[in-house]
Amino acid sequence: MPKQTPSQTVGPYFAYGLTPEQYGYAFSSIAGGVLAAEAGDGERIRIEGRVLDGAGAAVSDAMVEVWQADGQGRYAHPADPRSSNARFRGFGRVGTGTDPEHRFVFETVKPGASGEGQAPHVNLVLFLRGLLSHAYTRIYFSDEAEANAADAVLAAVPAERRATLIAARADTGGTPLYRFDIRLQGDRETVFFDV
Amino acid sequence: MSDRTPFKPRDWDSHPPYLYPDYKSTALRAPRKPLVPLAPSLSELTGPVFGHDSLGPLDHDLTRNAAKEGEPLGERIIVTGRVLDEDGRPVPQTLVEIWQANAAGRYLHKVDQHPAPLDPNFLGAGRCLTDDAGRYRFVTIKPGAYPWGNHPNAWRPNHIHFSLFGPSLATRLVTQMYFPGDPLLALDPIFQGTPAAARDRLIAAFSLEVTEPEWALGYGFDIVLRGRAATPMEG
Repeated sequence: MPKQTPSQTVGPYFAYGLTPEQYGYAFSSIAGGVLAAEAGDGERIRIEGRVLDGAGAAVSDAMVEVWQADGQGRYAHPADPRSSNARFRGFGRVGTGTDPEHRFVFETVKPGASGEGQAPHVNLVLFLRGLLSHAYTRIYFSDEAEANAADAVLAAVPAERRATLIAARADTGGTPLYRFDIRLQGDRETVFFDV
Repeated sequence: MSDRTPFKPRDWDSHPPYLYPDYKSTALRAPRKPLVPLAPSLSELTGPVFGHDSLGPLDHDLTRNAAKEGEPLGERIIVTGRVLDEDGRPVPQTLVEIWQANAAGRYLHKVDQHPAPLDPNFLGAGRCLTDDAGRYRFVTIKPGAYPWGNHPNAWRPNHIHFSLFGPSLATRLVTQMYFPGDPLLALDPIFQGTPAAARDRLIAAFSLEVTEPEWALGYGFDIVLRGRAATPMEG
């Protein structure tokens, strides 16, 4: 039987191929930072953060992908039997090279819980130069304390590391903002999952 | 196998480790703590689905998709192969994206300062969907080698970057395809960071069958994504 093709780093020069519109190249993008441009079913939110290396510096050449359920917890995929909001694909992709502070920013809706014993969350896949295989993590929400306490995935994470997975909500008057920094190393290294 | 059957784990005998000291950028960027196990859920069994609406008519042909006043310079090649899972089943209708340097070894990227010429007729990015047999096909230019700062006189071997989705978030893969017989492979810490037994899977095979007479050399490169495990997810 064939064996898995090895992963290789995304390298520093992915932008004109994978995130061309964001970086101003003359090629269309399959996805960007806006998952939901209009109010649909669910609360409109903004998620932003940085990718910090082992020295605490913000990484300027990371690519961040997010995959999430719609406002009612339904994934736009055949494995989810519930038909989801047809206008919401649930996928976003952003590079950290165009923002002056090297942030990634997603405009989306807050996902609903996708099943029993699961708190609302956004799945995140991280690629960068110097990362030979991609890394998976999840964004949970600070205002879902009750659901987070009952979430089976969070329960399996060592208690002292759970906070690395929870985005802090800031209500600033406009669209609610969640901050989620990803730390690649150090005492507060983000939990990465063995997906 | 149903849509809700989990995937076999990432095979860490095939994939490079996060920390590989010869590749200097891993030192401050490799996660150091062990990965945390995750029970399969819909979040990983699902993933983005792309259709032909995501593609332009020339997206698969890098010799034409950015041509302004003529053809790009360099050696025209065809790169084709099948996307399979670990059981040898084709992965149909899945998005394959590629990007690469031009024939002179220059990326069309603002950060690339290598003093080799840009090609006004070449972007170096393409994409396509696999067909029902899992087959993809690109027409492009053979990318040049280029220098990088990892160590003195470091040069990356000729390569094409590939990005694939497969049927779920769990099957996501970003990799690089190399060319047979390249002397730089033995010196490249990114290629060498891959477990030795798995390295050959990253090297395309020259194919006279794919080669088109009087027009372009052909290379075959099959890509294997994670297959399904035996047991469907509960509930």
